Amino acid sequence: MVYRGPYKVRVEEKDMPVIEHPGDAIVRVELASICGSDLHLYHGMMPDTRVGMTFGHEFIGVVEEVGPGVRNLQRGDRVMVPFNIFCGTCWFCARGLYANCHNVNPNATAVGGIYGYSHTCGGYDGGQAEFVRVPFADVGPVVIPNWMDEEDAVMLTDALATGYFGAQLGDIVENDVVVVFGAGPVGLYAAKSAWLMGAGRVIVIDHLEYRLEKARAFAHAETYNFAEYDDIVVHMKKVTDHLGADVAIDAVGAEADGNFIQHVTAAKLKLQGGSPVALNWAIDSVRKGGTVSVMGAYGPMFSAVKFGDAMNKGLTLRMNQCHVKRQWPRLFEHIRAGYLKPSEIITHRIPLEHIAEGYHMFSAKLDGCIKPLVVPNAG
Amino acid sequence: MPYTPERPALTESSEQLRARIPGWGADLNREDRPSVPKLDRGEGTGVPGEFPERQPEKWPRERSIEHKFLTPVFGTSCPPHGLSGALRKYSYRKYSEGRAAHWLLLLGADRVDAWEQHLRSFLTLRPDNPITETGVLSEFTRHGISSRFGKKRADVKHQWLDPFIVAGPWLLMAALVWSVVRKASRSRPARRTELAN
Repeated sequence: MVYRGPYKVRVEEKDMPVIEHPGDAIVRVELASICGSDLHLYHGMMPDTRVGMTFGHEFIGVVEEVGPGVRNLQRGDRVMVPFNIFCGTCWFCARGLYANCHNVNPNATAVGGIYGYSHTCGGYDGGQAEFVRVPFADVGPVVIPNWMDEEDAVMLTDALATGYFGAQLGDIVENDVVVVFGAGPVGLYAAKSAWLMGAGRVIVIDHLEYRLEKARAFAHAETYNFAEYDDIVVHMKKVTDHLGADVAIDAVGAEADGNFIQHVTAAKLKLQGGSPVALNWAIDSVRKGGTVSVMGAYGPMFSAVKFGDAMNKGLTLRMNQCHVKRQWPRLFEHIRAGYLKPSEIITHRIPLEHIAEGYHMFSAKLDGCIKPLVVPNAG
Repeated sequence: MPYTPERPALTESSEQLRARIPGWGADLNREDRPSVPKLDRGEGTGVPGEFPERQPEKWPRERSIEHKFLTPVFGTSCPPHGLSGALRKYSYRKYSEGRAAHWLLLLGADRVDAWEQHLRSFLTLRPDNPITETGVLSEFTRHGISSRFGKKRADVKHQWLDPFIVAGPWLLMAALVWSVVRKASRSRPARRTELAN
């Protein structure tokens, strides 16, 4: 697929990716997915998103070719690829901060490299394609274990790892009340993960009934539709005996609905780096001294965030892109133990040639869409 | 409640939650959770202290001036070109990431790029097609109406604005072109009249 400008994508032939560095591999994509944060690109919110770019940072596939410096992979290996591109040797990688790698993104120092996520994240083409270049192939990708379902594997490349990371940043202790804003894939996984960490109560907020239904069934969560309340913050205070939640997780990011002015100035007119409605609700809904974990994706532009409230309430704000590969060993254990079945949230499987319809459906939230997979060579 | 020191009571005990929710408390011990940012656990996956070999720079690759030098590995998708490319290169050359001008110029260049590529597409055998490229046909095949109405969705309240925002720039441009053409067509006969007198 290639981006053609805001709200427009199409499928076209591009040159085959080539080995550009000794550590590169070329991967033939078997499954990819569309992430909620791809919608920020699709809507033209992320600076330096160039026409002609291929999106997609969640994918698995088969190694087609390796560069001369690659030792750990060989042609034919089926691999899952974390959405972060990272070298494994810089100051940040040496400390496990793979999402903040300093050696892969010349366009910015504030964010690392991400497949198919604009030039602000390094200018790499992504995996919603037949083939993709994978830099530092010895470092990021892992051979998919035989016992793992391929649809579970693709969920591990971002959404599940990010949701788990969101709960982890909440520093949940036994019996904590956790509220998750957003019942998309990351929110659902964050809610599910909060239980693994011993939460006493998990609440999920959204305005799409079919997603809230999934939050109840998949994540065993207590749910509220914010569209049914005049003020969801007041409602959150009421249902927590006026204390507020111990931990709030923003799993929405820059496209938040729920406030007309914010939505128009941010999501539509691009006058802010994003509509921080969900983040502001998280700040207001958490108790004083509580923790807000931000997993929603925001762009580099300024946003009208209620920082004064965060300061006066003594909140701990924690956030980052997920260091995906660090989450994998523990998540593999949870999947094997049957505590998690990531593919349960997948609702649609779309051939690559129909990706424009897939983007529109996902963006407009049609047809009960929660997580769409993209299948190259589906025909 | 917060007016007294007691915590609000939970409706279910840990034992009840453990019985009801698969895996409840499996990561209660924080040592079982993967390490979090700012912990130096020496988990680097490569050879410590090794600077990667450099990827060849096939054209002057734009970079943030906050970097000391071009990073050893970088993406090669969509090299800058045309007016949008000039704006992008200027933004990277002139402003750090701390400056709003940097990001606003890049966002502006994105819009210029979309227009450049849109116009260029008319010179090809595959011009842009707003029907197929916006995926709008999925409104008919993916339950466009029943997905939205009677569902208490917050976004439906502001969707009336979307056509204006999408069509607005096109209508403005059309009005501008119309106005220029009208002015030009009015000024020509007037000159002829003056010459005749």
